[in-house]
Amino acid sequence: MSKGQVGAEQRLVTPGMVIGPASGKRAGSGTIAENNEFIATRLGWLNERNDVVSVLPINSAYMPRSGDLIIGYVAEVRNNLWFFDVNGPFQALLPMSLAPWKVEYGSTRQHLGIGDAALARIQEVDETHNMVLTMKGVGLRRLNEGAVVSIPVNLIDTLRGENNATLSRIRDATNCRIIVGDNGRVWIHGDSEDMLASRQVIQTLQQEGHKDTFETAVLALEGERGEN
Amino acid sequence: MGGYGDVKLLRDDGKRLDGRAIDEMRAVTIEAGVLPAADGSAMVTHGLNVAVAAVYGPMEAHPRKIQRQDRAVIDVRYNMAPFSTGDRIRPGFNRRSREISKVTAEALESVVLVERYPRSKIRVEIEILAAEAGTRCAGITAASVALADAGIPMRDMIVGVASGKIEDTVVLDLDKAEDNYGQADLPVGILPNTGEIAFLQMDGDLSIDEYNLAMEYNFKAAKEIHEVMADALKRRYERGDA
Repeated sequence: MSKGQVGAEQRLVTPGMVIGPASGKRAGSGTIAENNEFIATRLGWLNERNDVVSVLPINSAYMPRSGDLIIGYVAEVRNNLWFFDVNGPFQALLPMSLAPWKVEYGSTRQHLGIGDAALARIQEVDETHNMVLTMKGVGLRRLNEGAVVSIPVNLIDTLRGENNATLSRIRDATNCRIIVGDNGRVWIHGDSEDMLASRQVIQTLQQEGHKDTFETAVLALEGERGEN
Repeated sequence: MGGYGDVKLLRDDGKRLDGRAIDEMRAVTIEAGVLPAADGSAMVTHGLNVAVAAVYGPMEAHPRKIQRQDRAVIDVRYNMAPFSTGDRIRPGFNRRSREISKVTAEALESVVLVERYPRSKIRVEIEILAAEAGTRCAGITAASVALADAGIPMRDMIVGVASGKIEDTVVLDLDKAEDNYGQADLPVGILPNTGEIAFLQMDGDLSIDEYNLAMEYNFKAAKEIHEVMADALKRRYERGDA
């Protein structure tokens, strides 16, 4: 579901709009089939691929799935677990058994306090949105330095680009380490000036991500920083 | 109702006091995405009415007793600003705003795919900045544009429209004088693509024929307003106008 090459010829649909007859095709995300017709349920661009009709939403809330790499903030600490704000409708739970440290009962606050950021993975989500996180895994850790920028969840693919190409270009141009969480939070780490440059280009997604200005911003960044 | 039968609301040339024909709607303009802090928002001006709607969520439903294990709840708060009418309105919830909040929430729950977000809450705030009869309809229209703007999945949008009866004539879209001194008012929430009705209220009496004519007007107006709604959403996200 790459949004990188969305062209201007794409059709914008509004909820309830009849997309077309359902003959031989399947309803993908953002659509429902009713009376042999497809109806859009979201505001977004119509997409048809491999006989699946779907709507690429313009705006969407983060819906956690197991396996997602996320950047979360500690929202609440108990004696044996942490609750994380993961930019979703519900808080996620990190039990001390899944933390990367040897944690004694009652000493959770010594490892992560309220407001701390951490890179974690979603272990499981049940049908009522209860989520369990894990921090056991390669690269999962507490984020002690750097900055976190938020972008709309539906524009993560735009930031990454085909095979992470766009993201690599930003990394190369700014000399920053960048980690994109699936929950729309991006961690940036580098020299303060480099971080400022990469933050600015990523924030264009936040401010005018629905327009095609991101590619222009990346090109401008490369032109500006390419010489030195 | 009907106690003011001697007030003249139709001119001798058959037009209404503000010069509209009997099946003519007041001008409607809609702007989507007016509030930066909200997940979705919209402003609707319908004649002299101004309604702003903000949508937040889906989020965890609090207090926990309102959570539903199999679906989301929609929490609507309709409020009229104290300065929205000539007589100052005492700020805060009152019987009328509670009723309108409830019917609006029930109407929206019938279109939003609430089963996608169990245990959550979608908060819809409708603020009436200026009132001139028909605020609940303007509020519903604003709320459904704001929901679409927030990216919340819906079967269809809802258009709020009203017809009524003045001087024994069925007319579309009552203004303030017609609402106060007329004989009946019929606000409905229409799903423009399927033609279903999500809410319907009636104040005053209409015969079956009058009702059918009023609904015919309502459906005609709903189609027009829906075009404005879709256009507002498209304008908000048009590409390449940076």
